[in-house]
Amino acid sequence: MNILVCIKQVPGTSDVEIDEKTGVLKRDGIDSKMNPYDLYAIETALKIRETKGGTIKVLSMGPPQAAQIIREAYMMGVDEGALLTDRKFAGADVLATAYTLSQGIRKMGEFDLLLCGKMTTDGDTAQVGPEIAEFLQIPHVSNVRQILSMDDKAITVEMDMPETVEIQEVLFPCLITVEKDIYTPRLPSFKLKLKTNKREIPHITFRDLEDQDIYHYGLNGSPTQVLKVFPPPKNDVSEVWTGSGDELGRRLAEKLKELKFVRE
Amino acid sequence: MAKIIIHQENIRNPEELTNVCPFNAIEYINEYLSINAACKMCKICVKKYPDVFEYVEEERPQVNKSAWRGIAVYADHVEGNIHPVTFELLGKAREMAVKIGYPVYCLMMGDRISIKAEELRHYGADKIFVYDKPELKDFRIEPYTAVFEDFIKKVRPSIVLVGGTTVGRSLAPRTAARFRTGLTADCTILDVQDNTDLDQIRPAFGGNIMAHIHTPNHRPQFATVRYKIFNAPERTAKPSGELIFEDIPSHRLKSRIRVLEVRKKEKVQSIEDAEVIVVAGKGVKKEADLAMIRELADRLGGMVATTRPLIEAGWSDPRTQIGLSGRTVKPKLMITCGVSGSVQFVAGMNNSENIIAINTDPKASIFDVAHYAIIGDLYEVIPALLKELPAPEGQTHKGDQV
Repeated sequence: MNILVCIKQVPGTSDVEIDEKTGVLKRDGIDSKMNPYDLYAIETALKIRETKGGTIKVLSMGPPQAAQIIREAYMMGVDEGALLTDRKFAGADVLATAYTLSQGIRKMGEFDLLLCGKMTTDGDTAQVGPEIAEFLQIPHVSNVRQILSMDDKAITVEMDMPETVEIQEVLFPCLITVEKDIYTPRLPSFKLKLKTNKREIPHITFRDLEDQDIYHYGLNGSPTQVLKVFPPPKNDVSEVWTGSGDELGRRLAEKLKELKFVRE
Repeated sequence: MAKIIIHQENIRNPEELTNVCPFNAIEYINEYLSINAACKMCKICVKKYPDVFEYVEEERPQVNKSAWRGIAVYADHVEGNIHPVTFELLGKAREMAVKIGYPVYCLMMGDRISIKAEELRHYGADKIFVYDKPELKDFRIEPYTAVFEDFIKKVRPSIVLVGGTTVGRSLAPRTAARFRTGLTADCTILDVQDNTDLDQIRPAFGGNIMAHIHTPNHRPQFATVRYKIFNAPERTAKPSGELIFEDIPSHRLKSRIRVLEVRKKEKVQSIEDAEVIVVAGKGVKKEADLAMIRELADRLGGMVATTRPLIEAGWSDPRTQIGLSGRTVKPKLMITCGVSGSVQFVAGMNNSENIIAINTDPKASIFDVAHYAIIGDLYEVIPALLKELPAPEGQTHKGDQV
């Protein structure tokens, strides 16, 4: 079983703010981490390898420092990894990101199963997985909350819908995006860290890809463009209450009675 | 190609220049300033230091916008029961269509759904396209995408709106990618320009920022919108609009997926339907303290919801999460306890009727949307509040339910 997992580096904090006067983003710390949802995808791959054997590769796209999350994947037990990085990939929206990843995936060999996390915590779109599947012309199932069985030809999964669960059998090769809590991700191992910390992380750049049309990558390959960013609108009809906890509690009780949420 | 050029000769203070980028994409190495792959083309550097950073764009062939006309809404349904987000989108589509003289279309696909599609005639669509085939019985990505593709090629809508449901979030990106066009997920504001460009506004970069996005040179323009972001129009008593039955050859509906079973989940009360919601944020220090939040919700006849950090900590059911990665809610009353108010959270609740926020930090962004900003410690305010509130009706004694 050959498995590839797509992972992403995301900001360690969501406390990015915008300066209202200058319109400039304020950085609060520069720490980054692996997208937490990707840990579940990696763990799913590791669990499958335990029973079915095979290899697990990870692929990420990002700046050179994103190599850090590939190291982290090594420490969890992933066999190989690569980083798609090139100035030409900069400014990519969902479509260009998914296309670049699909081109990178083609460079990484043959796969039975592609795994993605449910979404990223910085984009929150959950769109890249389905778009990769489209570019690779393979079926996909999103929101997979459980793997029920698999053989050499197909995998049977539970797709989580709001009111129902759909049990789908999908032929390989295919892509699935997994829900949080499908398995509990293991912690990085110190032993594997010692074993892998000197390993090179291969870079895949624009020149390595099959499609050499620059208009398919980065900002140029992105149909959507950000016109502007701005702070969220404020509610200007608000009351500010201060005081001791007791006073505030009593005042709130009065207000809830006044608004008829509790009986007098 | 569009790119940012750096005028090295104008660099005076390189450190200041590298700091302007929120994504750490500007590097100064060997006295040479360059931009690396982390660049998101937000152009903040260009705005702030126009003498150093210059944005240049090359003319590209332009799409013929007049060849695409109308606003299409995907009718989300399970076994013919139409998801209410569909009506909300039809309302928004009509609002925009009026501005630019566009028709509103609706697309419904499934098996034995023709009678159910009749309901769509009460929400103001001009034409409702129905694909009724046994192959479309359960949602499978390839046949559904094939139908969507067929519809777009026949009808050529300029704008396509899809509900941000499980199906929508799978189907919309797949179809948008097939047309090599743009898709903006989870828009919270939509509007349309005279030149038919769709204004798509959503929280961005995972932080406290909104982004205004457009799709200037591609058609159709795809956007997904979550349930309860827009208001559904009143159901009209008299049906209007025309049902158009389309066919697609079965060989185009082949799939590598087999649906073995569709199982109903145990029905749980959903926070989306609650009139009163008490939200626990990361100001709640330990899991056991959620009992106090639950007590407050019980007294008000409401439900408890949570924010992402508490879900990640495993303290509560992901179905009770409010925000972009959770649910969107619009209750009559919301009390937030120790919630800071990230944009991704606020996007899921800021249409609530009465928002009361309790937080110790006067600068917390939740106070920007709250109607009543209570600056105080939830561990003092809530116990004091509970003392003043009567026990819920029919319950004189509270067990130690957690």
